[in-house]
Amino acid sequence: MSKRIMTVDDSSSVRQMVGFTLKDAGYEVVEAVDGKDALTKLSGTVDMIITDLNMPNMDGIELIRQVRALPNYKFVPIVMLTTESQAEKKQVGKEAGATGWIVKPFKPDQLLAVVKKVVR
Amino acid sequence: MSREEQMEQARKAYLDEARELLGDLEDALLELESSPEDHELINRVFRSMHTIKGSGAMFGFDDIAMFTHELETVFDLVRNDELRVTSELLDLTLKSRDLILEMLHQDGCHASACQSESERIVTRLRGFLEQAGKRSSGSTADESAAEATELTGSPAEVSTVYRVRFKPDARIFLTGTNPLALLEELSELGNCKIVARTENIPRLDKMDPVSCYTWWDMILVTSRGKEAIHDVFIFVEDDCELSIQEVETVDPNEVAHVGKRLGEILVERGDVNIQDLQEILKQQRPLGELLTQAGLVSSQGLEAALTEQEVVREARVPRVEHKETVTSIRVEAAKLDKLGDLVGELVIVQARLTQLVTQRHDPALVSLAEELERLSDELRDNTLGIRMLPIGSTFNKFLRLVRDLSKELGKEIELVTQGGETELDKNVIEKLNDPMVHLLRNSIDHGVESPEARQAKGKSRKGRITLSAEHASGEVLIRIMDDGAGIEPAKIRAKALEKGLIGSDAALSDDEVLQLVFLPGFSTAERVSNISGRGVGMDVVKRGIDALRGVIKLESVPNKGTSVLIKLPLTLAIIDGLQVEVAREQYVIPLSAVEECVELDRFKSNFGENGEMINLRGEAVPFIRLRNWFNQNGALPTIEQVVIVNVQEQRIGLVVDKVIGQHQTVIKSLGRVYRELDGISGATINGDGTMALILDVQALVGAAVRNVAYAEGGAC
Repeated sequence: MSKRIMTVDDSSSVRQMVGFTLKDAGYEVVEAVDGKDALTKLSGTVDMIITDLNMPNMDGIELIRQVRALPNYKFVPIVMLTTESQAEKKQVGKEAGATGWIVKPFKPDQLLAVVKKVVR
Repeated sequence: MSREEQMEQARKAYLDEARELLGDLEDALLELESSPEDHELINRVFRSMHTIKGSGAMFGFDDIAMFTHELETVFDLVRNDELRVTSELLDLTLKSRDLILEMLHQDGCHASACQSESERIVTRLRGFLEQAGKRSSGSTADESAAEATELTGSPAEVSTVYRVRFKPDARIFLTGTNPLALLEELSELGNCKIVARTENIPRLDKMDPVSCYTWWDMILVTSRGKEAIHDVFIFVEDDCELSIQEVETVDPNEVAHVGKRLGEILVERGDVNIQDLQEILKQQRPLGELLTQAGLVSSQGLEAALTEQEVVREARVPRVEHKETVTSIRVEAAKLDKLGDLVGELVIVQARLTQLVTQRHDPALVSLAEELERLSDELRDNTLGIRMLPIGSTFNKFLRLVRDLSKELGKEIELVTQGGETELDKNVIEKLNDPMVHLLRNSIDHGVESPEARQAKGKSRKGRITLSAEHASGEVLIRIMDDGAGIEPAKIRAKALEKGLIGSDAALSDDEVLQLVFLPGFSTAERVSNISGRGVGMDVVKRGIDALRGVIKLESVPNKGTSVLIKLPLTLAIIDGLQVEVAREQYVIPLSAVEECVELDRFKSNFGENGEMINLRGEAVPFIRLRNWFNQNGALPTIEQVVIVNVQEQRIGLVVDKVIGQHQTVIKSLGRVYRELDGISGATINGDGTMALILDVQALVGAAVRNVAYAEGGAC
């Protein structure tokens, strides 16, 4: 069975690039446009969540907190997309329960390396 | 095993390998056609040839080695930019590739046909050499000598032994981290020995199940450097105690000296302090034993230290072998089939055991049965997993088909494939081949127009056929799309009328009309050009897909193109089924088709002339009484159940006495005598050893729909 990964980002270009890269590598992808959307689409097995931090309606940090509060998704790996300048955000994200981070801009290979790291 | 036998085995392995290489060679060549400058591809081509040649000579396929050598000589020039990749060269190379495949099947015999063909090709190849102003070398002896020197190992790299201790925070699970995944990743860096330290795990009543109490001592021999180890733990460096110590550098070219003593290691690791050690050493017994007895070192701490001692010792032994570890082995397909069968039997026996155990209230038996269930489930999943292959391997075959056939017909077509990594059971992939070839031929033959016709329609000259595969909820979806002429529903309808497949007053939607092409008798053997020839043998395709318990659907927009959608189960061996009972007999309905179960209200259902309908939330749904279908008489139960199934957007009800429940069942095929039974697709064995027939929902739906279609009016 292929693994399911949810990608959350308000920028459609990033969503497409991430989605395409993951599908190409054989993962099943669920896309969401912000934290709120992600929570409504969260169902069944999700093997990993990749989320941006700055998003309308509900940002990435809040999404991480909310997901960690759901019994079924307490232990799901969540990786956040950060920029170099957001070092303190990284810390906040970790405290909220993020598993790891990917620094933007990134190449498809870097993304896949991180996915392989947390989805086994 | 005798030497001959070993050689024979190696030869067999070479044959397999060469076939694979030839497949890869073909892919690379076809890709080269669209990007002739791509050096990576040229190298791939060269590498494949080189391996075929080198190993061929080793296993006595001299004709192959000689022939491939000529080919390689030409591509060596290409590699060095002395010769350009042309369509002519690719044609010849593809021909050569086919010839090599031919030679492999000859198993090294000199067949005269191969011989003359190979001479013809070699002559043309040498023509290419002359173009580049080179003389062919003709002999391989001097080269083989040069290659032999290549094979002797390069000096082994310098590896370092690291002592890694990873003590995650107890709360590490709450960040979604899986420590085992990290250990796995670390193991990939080199030779890694892991000792789990469990001394901190509290008693069960004090234990918090979401906390991590275990920590790990690892010894890693790697040439990748300390940075690579840090990278493994990059996300968790703040949530754990991590120490990475270099133990010693192993230079295999150095003369080995005696390794560290156990005591030294334990002190270095901080497992014991030096005073205690010296105290203990006064006694004359093995140190490990003494320390653990004295309670100075835990047994795991000792184990970790002993592991280190051993790893360092091993690392000192100079190694000139290849560093590549075996990651896969070849297994004959027949052995896998046998394994699948055995696992199927095991699952059935296990189900019977579980059923028996539940009747006897013996806790020891219950726990044994549960344990067995867990193991057999895991064994089943693993076995099915082994049989899964990426569908991409067949996609690549089609590239060639499209290329050759479109050239033959004077069309320009590119084949785009997506989702080649989608995995399917080996048997499904094999059986899928013929229908796919059929559909592709149809697309090339009748779907995509000639370049001129396309241009006249304002389309690009080059047509496109897309092959895609994806997983969707336990099924595989395969699409074959072309951007060709498409199909006119009106023409299909006219033809179906003419053949007497539908009545003149049949009220069918365009979508329904399109599906008529799958009906047997729709097409004749003669080419029918007026409906763009689709449907030639489409019933054969449908039969093939039906045999795989799949579903096939045709969609088309005139002048935009046609798309065929195939839905398949992942495996043929196991089915998720809904078990039902009809007149004391058990049947299984494939769960993938089941929508819901409702009670049958006998006073509200409409007993029509031929079909019966129930009112399902305002929708009229035809139903079949399985009792009638199987000619079962006897008293009806007071309440009958209707299982609503849905196949290709057709909903019907199957009336059963009762619904028992959902089970995974192992499919057993029926003997020849029962092959033609309408409405039965297979059988399975229940937990109590009795048999249950698996219903062929598609056939039942077809029958129900026909019943309704012939009934006058057929309204509720």
